[in-house]
Amino acid sequence: MQYLLSVIHDSSTLATSDEMAAIDVFNDRLQAEGYWVFAGGLGGPDMATVVDNRGGEAMVTDGPFVETKEYLIGFWIIEAPDLDVALKLATDGSKACNRKVEVRPFL
Amino acid sequence: MNEVREAITRAHHEEWARVVAALTRRFGDLDIAEEAAAEAFAAAVERWPADGVPANPGAWLTTTANRKAIDRIRRETKRDDKHKEARMLYDDSRGPLEGSVDDAIEDAIEDERLRLIFTCCHPALAPETRVALTLRMVGGLTVAEIARAFLVQEAAMGQRITRAKAKIKAARIPYRVPSAEDLPARVSGVLAVLFLVFNEGYLATGPDTDPVRPGLTAEAIRLARLVRALMPEDGEVAGLLALMLLIESRRPARVSASGELVALDEQDRGSWDTALIAEGHRLVRERLATGVAPGRYQILAAINAVHTSARDVRDTDWSQVVALYDQLVRLDASPIVALNRAIAVAELDGAEVALAAVDRLEDRLAGYHAYHATRADLLRRLGRSRESRAAYDRAIELAGNTAQTAYLTRRRDQLG
Repeated sequence: MQYLLSVIHDSSTLATSDEMAAIDVFNDRLQAEGYWVFAGGLGGPDMATVVDNRGGEAMVTDGPFVETKEYLIGFWIIEAPDLDVALKLATDGSKACNRKVEVRPFL
Repeated sequence: MNEVREAITRAHHEEWARVVAALTRRFGDLDIAEEAAAEAFAAAVERWPADGVPANPGAWLTTTANRKAIDRIRRETKRDDKHKEARMLYDDSRGPLEGSVDDAIEDAIEDERLRLIFTCCHPALAPETRVALTLRMVGGLTVAEIARAFLVQEAAMGQRITRAKAKIKAARIPYRVPSAEDLPARVSGVLAVLFLVFNEGYLATGPDTDPVRPGLTAEAIRLARLVRALMPEDGEVAGLLALMLLIESRRPARVSASGELVALDEQDRGSWDTALIAEGHRLVRERLATGVAPGRYQILAAINAVHTSARDVRDTDWSQVVALYDQLVRLDASPIVALNRAIAVAELDGAEVALAAVDRLEDRLAGYHAYHATRADLLRRLGRSRESRAAYDRAIELAGNTAQTAYLTRRRDQLG
């Protein structure tokens, strides 16, 4: 069972070096304990481009699809047996990156 | 005929959770378990009047529900083979455990209903959803009854429960009692739900249901005992169990033969259940002896211990009750606690002081029947009959329970 752990960012500051170090430790642990599938950090909304090709012609627009105070700054995809395990990992992940983490199952 | 109807009602109160839990365990799906259980009870309504009540209603219902579930899975499998794979809930198989604590845990794990309750009370579900799901899956209340308890539309409540079951399945909320390490954090959520289930049984909300549903209070107490066996050191578990026992002890005196609620001060204290009182008092004393600062349930249990210690309402140690409420207010500043404190204050400092305290709660409790009932009583004591009558009218409008309505109506009609 795979879960997406989304890291929710709510300020303009980037991760500090302490946070980066803690994230590295957490990533190593995910790999060592067999939960790791994939993870990554994302550019902010100002680096986003939205493509809409539902009409006749593809529209390319600068910026995010929705303006919000909180946005996705990174994610982990983990393999876990159930939600309790995923929530525990998300708890440690939130501590490591010092941000809120949303947990969602893959269907 | 009435006997059969009573047998069905009794079986519903006693066996519903067992049937749902057994089917959840077997089929790993709350939806299938719930619907098959409902179908089995529907079959009982149809068959028992003609065939007679089976010797073992629980076994009959479980067997019937199992058959209904298999029929349903077959139908769905034909429609869509993938449904067969939709077994998301699963059983957490554990190795053998050692030692007495582990034996206690093992015993509790054996209890299907406890497993069901921990799933329904999972912290990934919103608190109001946990209660609704527990009342439906463990308590066997209808969606309509639960909706009424929460003062929401039936359709909205149905959606909330459906959504919760879908989340349990899709997010793979495990069907198990949490590990010893996670237990303390998870238990407080379970206690909150058990108390709400207990209250639903103690003062049922539906106009068409019995005003008191001993099956639900008994179930809440039974599950609280199990949780206590699991965590004998947890003060709040002991506190909640004591609280429920002491409230339950007064049940025989609480509704009159004519179906009217009997208030604490008018109850026949001779009919209180002395065994339950003794057990509740023992638990309260046990907690006091630890010297550990009590939590909310322990304080409420202590308040009820004071009430049940008085042979006559006039012997009640009201200053002790108010002191305990003061302690409770520091932990839980909710308006309902403030309202209950005011009721005790009326006995200690008089109705006028209490009324001033109650009136301050209007903004937050204007939609709560007990607020208006309390005001009505205080206004009556102060001789303000006209205002008292208006408050009784409002309380009657808001009361959901037949015994309560009967009581409030009589008190109103006694006004000069």
